[in-house]
Amino acid sequence: MRAWLWHHLDTFVTTLARFARAPAATLFNVGVIGIALALPASLYVALSNLQGYAQAFASDPQISVFLALDAGRAEVEGIEARLRQHPGVRELRYVSREQALKELKASTGLADVVDSLAQNPLPDAFVVQARDATPQGLEKLRDEASRWPKVSHVQLDAAWARRLEAGLRLARLAVGLLATLFAFALVAVTFNTIRLQILTRREEIEVAKLIGATDPFIRRPFLYFGALQGLAGGLAAWAIIWIGLHLLNGGLAELAQLYATRIELKHLSAEDSTSLLVFSAWLGWFGAWLSVNQHLAQIEPR
Amino acid sequence: MISFSHVYKRYPGGLEALRNITFTVEAGEMVFIVGPSGAGKSTLLKLAAAIERPSSGSVIVNGQNVSALRARAIPFLRRNFGLVFQDQKLLFDRTAFENVMLPLHINGFERREAARRVRAALDKVGLLAKEKARPVTLSGGEQQRLAIARAIVHRPAILLADEPTGNLDAGHAAGIGELFRSFNQVGVTVVIATHDEALAERLKPRVLSLKEGAIVA
Repeated sequence: MRAWLWHHLDTFVTTLARFARAPAATLFNVGVIGIALALPASLYVALSNLQGYAQAFASDPQISVFLALDAGRAEVEGIEARLRQHPGVRELRYVSREQALKELKASTGLADVVDSLAQNPLPDAFVVQARDATPQGLEKLRDEASRWPKVSHVQLDAAWARRLEAGLRLARLAVGLLATLFAFALVAVTFNTIRLQILTRREEIEVAKLIGATDPFIRRPFLYFGALQGLAGGLAAWAIIWIGLHLLNGGLAELAQLYATRIELKHLSAEDSTSLLVFSAWLGWFGAWLSVNQHLAQIEPR
Repeated sequence: MISFSHVYKRYPGGLEALRNITFTVEAGEMVFIVGPSGAGKSTLLKLAAAIERPSSGSVIVNGQNVSALRARAIPFLRRNFGLVFQDQKLLFDRTAFENVMLPLHINGFERREAARRVRAALDKVGLLAKEKARPVTLSGGEQQRLAIARAIVHRPAILLADEPTGNLDAGHAAGIGELFRSFNQVGVTVVIATHDEALAERLKPRVLSLKEGAIVA
């Protein structure tokens, strides 16, 4: 057992030494893998940022219940009571038509236009937060409320957010496809690197086989090489994204200041970073494994 | 220890390299396989080390039937052997020390113990002073002795050597012969394929004589 651990450690160190012996080739390989991984990963980061904003809106969808313009005090109270007792309603806020007009004047800078109106065109309204925030639950509540008397219109405010979400789903699919293509590229790069290594070390492999080396023993350094190269590529991709976000956030801060808001792009989460590294290491290992299996069988000592 | 019975070896194309070979080498014996080039000496050694398989008949090493062995078991069978190849098969991108280290590495020896054994093996063949030299810088005789050091470093029970004195002058050949005798004296079974008659004269081994793939004496 100890000898076995020693051997693994030894292989690990030897592999690192092999990287160090050909720094230029290593750098280029790692760079190619890093860029190939950085492309889909950065798209993924962009999507998760967008999704974060979409979710902030969509996770707490509101329903606006607009009453008819001729609804009287008693009818408003009747509807309020009805909403309060409804099991699907979690929270309720009443916006009277006067208050709505005041908010319109304050927020849009259309004070002159509003003042020139002969009468208030806005209806009384309730802003409802539903207990069941799924699209089906929301639609059910909307359909029910819109059948009540003196309710002229019920609006789902989250509809646009849901459209955005549907768009994001499509984009996520595209990222998945892209990631698959680049994963294939990573496997191919590793496959080729290992193929060259096997060819240059052909004699060594032949001798090792002749003096009793098992196939796993011969395979191991190549698998280590593939996995470590993949891991290094993953780290490079991570660094590329980190630098890119850093630069973008600098620019965004300036832009956001002009609009008096705060926008900041988030980096890959700890879990996503770990997945990226594990996945790239695994792909490297897999490429090496394919290559070794393909080429080792051809080297039979004579 | 090694036992051939009714072994035939045919190569694709109809060449019959070995015909009806039957013999046994006991533990601790020293056996020479002699005969002209093309008589099948190398093929016989390759069959013993499971580098090739017989077309028919059985080869039994240490009680294991080599031709029935699964591919995964072959490396472990080979660890019983020390092999000295006709073309030596040294690794030219490594030092003498690293060349001899290879079998111990494969056998999973701990590093310090392995280094001790490598030095002992190099000392035995008189190359301790050249442990850092690359094989290219060694003379033909030194290369051959390095190959022998690699073959015996993991203390195999059987030493198989194919033309170990093939391209050496008489003086060096005698030195190599003495080495094999000393291994045999400590109990190693030694099988040597050679056409060096002087070597056979000196070591007085049991001799198997091959001609056109068959044992003639």
